Amino acid sequence: MFLHERTGAAALKSLGQHNRAVADPARVFAVMDHIVDTRPGRSDATLMPGGQAFITETRAACRDAGITLFDVNDAEQGIIHVISPELAIVLPGLTLVAPDSHSCTQGAMGAVAWGIGSSEAEHAMATGTLRMAQPKTMRVTFTGTLAPGVTAKDMALTLIARHGAGGGAGHAIEFAGDAVAALDVEQRMTLCNMATEFSAMTGIIAPDQKTFDYLQGRRYAPADWDAAVAHWRTLVTDAGAVFDREITIDASEIAPMVSWGTSPAHSVTVGAAVPDGDARALDYIRLAPGAALAGTRIDTAFIGSCTNARLGDLQRAAAILKGRHVAAGVHALVVPGSSAVRRAAEAEGLDRIFIDAGFEWRMSGCSLCFYAGGEGFAPGSRVISSTNRNFEGRQGPGIRTHIASPETVAASAIMGAITDPRAFA
Amino acid sequence: MTPFKTLTSIVAPLLRDNIDTDTIIPSREMRSTGRTGLSDGLFAPWRYLGERVPDPAFVLNQPAFASAQVIAAGANFGCGSSREHAVWALAEYGIRAVIAESFAPIFYGNCIRNGLLPLVIDPALVAGRTAHIDLPAQTLTCDGAVHAFDIDAEAKAMLVEGLDAIDLTLKQRDAIAAFQARDRVARPWVYLDSVR
Repeated sequence: MFLHERTGAAALKSLGQHNRAVADPARVFAVMDHIVDTRPGRSDATLMPGGQAFITETRAACRDAGITLFDVNDAEQGIIHVISPELAIVLPGLTLVAPDSHSCTQGAMGAVAWGIGSSEAEHAMATGTLRMAQPKTMRVTFTGTLAPGVTAKDMALTLIARHGAGGGAGHAIEFAGDAVAALDVEQRMTLCNMATEFSAMTGIIAPDQKTFDYLQGRRYAPADWDAAVAHWRTLVTDAGAVFDREITIDASEIAPMVSWGTSPAHSVTVGAAVPDGDARALDYIRLAPGAALAGTRIDTAFIGSCTNARLGDLQRAAAILKGRHVAAGVHALVVPGSSAVRRAAEAEGLDRIFIDAGFEWRMSGCSLCFYAGGEGFAPGSRVISSTNRNFEGRQGPGIRTHIASPETVAASAIMGAITDPRAFA
Repeated sequence: MTPFKTLTSIVAPLLRDNIDTDTIIPSREMRSTGRTGLSDGLFAPWRYLGERVPDPAFVLNQPAFASAQVIAAGANFGCGSSREHAVWALAEYGIRAVIAESFAPIFYGNCIRNGLLPLVIDPALVAGRTAHIDLPAQTLTCDGAVHAFDIDAEAKAMLVEGLDAIDLTLKQRDAIAAFQARDRVARPWVYLDSVR
């Protein structure tokens, strides 16, 4: 399992207060990602008032418990769901939990991975187990082929828009079909990441050769590689298996998506009009029903988060930004999903493309995916964001968030308004 | 954990779908590394106008619902972030049960671990009225009508008896160890202390 600094110290301290020990510290990792400063030259100090105590107390608690910690300026620091696959901590067939709802991201590696609360985190550490009611099963099959410029983020938002933010409630979901098999491993993580926005327990994708190739040679990859792979090849759904629920979506029908309201279910294709119906959401987001979403002015563009800040995300955004510049008055920033992603991007010169285009180039962390106090966007900002949640106030009081793919964020930053990224194909 | 058996309370209506944990307790309100000091931040985005001035339009600020120990909400209550602070804040404020059309799974589990009853029952039946909840009997009484509700047997036992989940599980320590011994042979790469 993984811990992070926002709740790690509290869970470990509570265990100690009950005279309980971590059953197997070798299977627990921790990282500083949630409130760590993402400005270059960072230290333990946070922009969030009082945030430093979360970092220093988590560090001390991990040391006392014998838990491996990827600290603020560790070379492997980054967002849990980015670094865990990078280090091959998550593997096919594992159960992996973290007190973070987006733990379902790691189901993309063929693991059963899900988010839990702090009490459950204590339970997992003390016992090596969790008490669970068995979820129902759902298979979401994406048939056909995605059109150019359409991504896993658009697949996820299409699913949630069609079936509701509670559409996956009570279910563990297998994502399957030709369009899922065709995704690279990073985009599979983006798809599984959004399972929690569908209220599912988790999302999972059967491991295949792409999964094995991704994991091979990474730090915690199995020493007896061939035996592990032989086992992993058996981790596929039986032909004829019956699921409690099946959803099929034709991937060729999917277009770039953007949210218009205050739930990920409030999403439409970027060329669509703002729908009528949810007055409260429209009042918050300050859009009129029937208005074209494309062309809506934005103040800020944010590329980051466990959803869309891996190397491929940055490469695809940079391909649009290369030789271009963000519109006058637009504040744009990119926060790599991990320190390793940041290094890899710099090795390819992506940092120069972003900086030349007018983006800030940050250190890794969860950053402005949510507002923790301290650093935030300008009051009342309209933000186009590669993140996962457009809730009221998620990115700060009164901040109006539109979630979309990194490509859509990049294209919108250039135009200063919500823009179909295929305009830059 | 405080056992939950029966409760009579006015039910504060908060009849929206998808009320998320960022709204129940924003990240910026999670100021300490502990589980306390959170009730002041409960529903902060809706509860206050500006700097901690109570918004009279918000239901919990209205005199009729000032003592409410039950909230009624729409579908998918507690979606979003896994932060258990949402449950701690509700409990510290004095909320002992949430009635909703449905709950997000992590929030639901967090409730059970903290003695807060998450009740799936039509919120329209009770919103704004006084309800009597009898968890052992699995009934809710409102306006003279008795409504039965379902709840997972283990969740019910945890709440009614105030059980500690870790204590319960540690009673099965031997079975867990036996499983892990077998698993270490079958999948040695899972156990990082030995082979990874």
